[in-house]
Amino acid sequence: MTDTTETTRERSGAHRFLDAYFAAAPVLVPVYAILLAFVVGGMIILAIGDNPFEAYWALVRGMFGSTDRIAASLGRSTPFIGAALAVAFAFRAGLFNIGAEGQLLVGATVAAWVGTFSFLDDFPALIAAPLVLTAGVVGGGIYGGIPGFLKTRTGAHEVIVTIMLNNIAVLYVRWLVSSQDPVILRDTNASVPRTEPLPDPARLPELVDSTPPLHLGFIVMLLLCVFVWFVLQRTTTGFEVRSVGTNPHAARYAGMNANRTIVLVMVLAGSFAGLAGAGEIAGTSGFLSPGVFVAIGFDSIAIALLARANPFAIVPAAILWGSMLTGAGLMQQETGLSIDVVRIVQALVLLFVAADVIVRTLFRVRRKASDALETTQLSTGWGSAT
Amino acid sequence: MAGADDRVPVLRVRGVTKTFPGVVANRDVDFDLRPGEVHCLLGENGAGKSTLVNVVFGLYQPDAGEILVRGEPVRFRSSSDAIAAGIGMVHQHFQLIPVFTVAENVVLGTETRKGLVLDLDHTRDRLRDIATEYGIEVDPDARVEDLSVGEQQRVELVKALYREAEILILDEPTAVLTPGEVDEFFGVVRNLVAQGKSIVFITHKLREVLAVADRITVLRGGRVVGTQDVEGATQQSLANLMVGRDVVFEIAKGPAEPGAAVLRVTDLGVFDDRGVETVHDFSVEVRAGEILGVAGVEGNGQRELVEAIAGMRTPHAGRIEIDGHDTTHKSPRDVARLGVGHVPEDRNKHGVIGAFSIADNLVLNEYYRTPYARRLLRNDRAIDARAHELVEAFDIRTPGIDVPVDNLSGGNQQKVIIARELSGDPKLLIVAQPTRGLDVGSIEFIHRRIIEMRDRGVAVLLVSAELDEILTLADRVGVLYRGELVGEFDRAEATRERLGLLMASGRVDAAAPA
Repeated sequence: MTDTTETTRERSGAHRFLDAYFAAAPVLVPVYAILLAFVVGGMIILAIGDNPFEAYWALVRGMFGSTDRIAASLGRSTPFIGAALAVAFAFRAGLFNIGAEGQLLVGATVAAWVGTFSFLDDFPALIAAPLVLTAGVVGGGIYGGIPGFLKTRTGAHEVIVTIMLNNIAVLYVRWLVSSQDPVILRDTNASVPRTEPLPDPARLPELVDSTPPLHLGFIVMLLLCVFVWFVLQRTTTGFEVRSVGTNPHAARYAGMNANRTIVLVMVLAGSFAGLAGAGEIAGTSGFLSPGVFVAIGFDSIAIALLARANPFAIVPAAILWGSMLTGAGLMQQETGLSIDVVRIVQALVLLFVAADVIVRTLFRVRRKASDALETTQLSTGWGSAT
Repeated sequence: MAGADDRVPVLRVRGVTKTFPGVVANRDVDFDLRPGEVHCLLGENGAGKSTLVNVVFGLYQPDAGEILVRGEPVRFRSSSDAIAAGIGMVHQHFQLIPVFTVAENVVLGTETRKGLVLDLDHTRDRLRDIATEYGIEVDPDARVEDLSVGEQQRVELVKALYREAEILILDEPTAVLTPGEVDEFFGVVRNLVAQGKSIVFITHKLREVLAVADRITVLRGGRVVGTQDVEGATQQSLANLMVGRDVVFEIAKGPAEPGAAVLRVTDLGVFDDRGVETVHDFSVEVRAGEILGVAGVEGNGQRELVEAIAGMRTPHAGRIEIDGHDTTHKSPRDVARLGVGHVPEDRNKHGVIGAFSIADNLVLNEYYRTPYARRLLRNDRAIDARAHELVEAFDIRTPGIDVPVDNLSGGNQQKVIIARELSGDPKLLIVAQPTRGLDVGSIEFIHRRIIEMRDRGVAVLLVSAELDEILTLADRVGVLYRGELVGEFDRAEATRERLGLLMASGRVDAAAPA
């Protein structure tokens, strides 16, 4: 009896392999979720009466088929990175920031407004472009700070407040940009409602002239990821953010000021989204038109979840998201399938990431103790008393 | 006893082994329960007691071995199989629905209906029968949330009896009871046995084992290290068996040499989260170099008292003074910076961030100061060096300082907190329930450290629901009853009986020596 039980303690080669496999579990679940989403999406395509392999092949070529398409995919992904960081950073503090949509839009609007200042024409690009981006940071930061402030002062839940603020931002910005009497931000020379185009010095340089272009904002977003990682892992503020997010009671016991942290996190999160919005104004279109950024903020929630709120994982997740949207066009062209198929696959990815029990059961991915970190952070939004 | 031996055991566990990934929780365990006996399962936390009873109750499947009920081999696939075989279990954490009545809770899962309507008349009758038969009185129509903890436990018992359990498994049943309630509970246990029930009683408290058991099985590291009759067993022999080495009960402790008052609390009033005043008109003084023990049944305002002193909760009346500074409205950080260490009662809620590493937890309240931070940047090298130093000094058993605290045993988690709070050179130490749920070895270690602090001239406020702990450590003792300090005397005058009475009734006259 003793002999048989002793053997369970030995580490066989197979056992070590399993350990390594389980250690990779946090990565594996999203990867499997994507795989599973494509499989189920394929079945839907099959049900419509099309060939899923042809459709996916067209999609993949649409995503990465040429240098130009790769650049377009990265360009498309750029605002997703910033907006997803806004969601993920708040996640790490235990906050559900559903407001990236509104924060991005407000940031873009303030940037577009500052961009119309005539003196910018005379400034060198090294000053004008950062100024426009800073305007976005400030706009998004203030708009993100509001739900943080309301939460700490009145206990208003940030989910409700950010959702409502999204609506306010969308409708208010539409009015600002479209109103003809009085004219506020509308470019009266243009036939469609939009703001005046930014002067050249305020524009971000294009790296590749694709559609949409790959502009310097992509690099800015990559740097922002490094910044967020650095703040979280290397600063005392980041330690406070992670403490408040993981165990607010212990954070308070340890003398941390949870309220200050919550406001700070929401301001910073909003500014990330605002920067993403400003980057699009300065890098892609050069002006703001109503409805142009619809759903970027909402998709970013999915991206942040897919990346498990890890600032570096957000880059591939956002690129996957943006490139799928880019590639959908070619799929539609070649197979006649609606672009919505891609949206369905994206929705399935989110479904399988959120309901990760499905994936874990199907692929036998065991939950590790250290996984608890992510789980608590992603599920303490409602009703967590802070 | 000899006659009982000839009968078939009502429950027999033979060679049960149960492994979890990386851990063998039970190894080749043999255990038998004779009809009409109280059989104590004794062992430290993590010795495999809970695993064993969960196997018996069908919650876990054993990897090897078999279970026999009344001589018949059984295979329980779930707890309902076990219940059907006449096994009932009272869990440490009650499985009751607070807003339901007693009868509704009891009937849950076996409801009888009249048409579409729940029929509770039959249940009420049965509850009355059970009350007369076993002497366990509960009001069938009382709502569970209105009952005391002791009463809720009786509901759990009644639930098992209602399902006609012949074998009762009681998992740490006394952990939540006052000393008086414990005695009462033992009476109930005796009554059940007299009525022919057989009882498995899980505990790690030696005093209880000697008071209630017929036989004792000691588990250590997942194995049975001995089964014996209660006759001839002593606390010392059982403790040695349980821990695997000689245990020192009496910790050498010289007389206190108190100095000036470090903590002075005057007429304190504190509200709890629901706005109820749970601390009322509370005044106390703790001097340098002494340990003041505050005894009392949990829920008498201990939590709010400690939180108010530590700055985590704002009092609505009274004044708190630490080392001459008024800290009544100060934040936790301000209080800590005056030289206050605080070991919180709820380890996992307040004491540590389980998902964080040992190193991070060891600087949880110092992370912003040099050398652990340089302006806004963390100094990981200093944090790691500190962690290595404290892991060594406080004997924290861990594979490394980067291990998440969640992966440590309860005793080692508590050592992390103790290390952090005692190493900051405090003037005042607030210690709440410092050894709850810990094994004998860790308790001994922590008690020594607390006395060491006292001897170095630290003022110690010890709040504990464990009378033994208070009596071991305190130089002066007070009893917290419904938010008030109802008695305060020197350790020499504090007898177990006197404190027990004060804890139960808050009455001084009843507590006066006869």
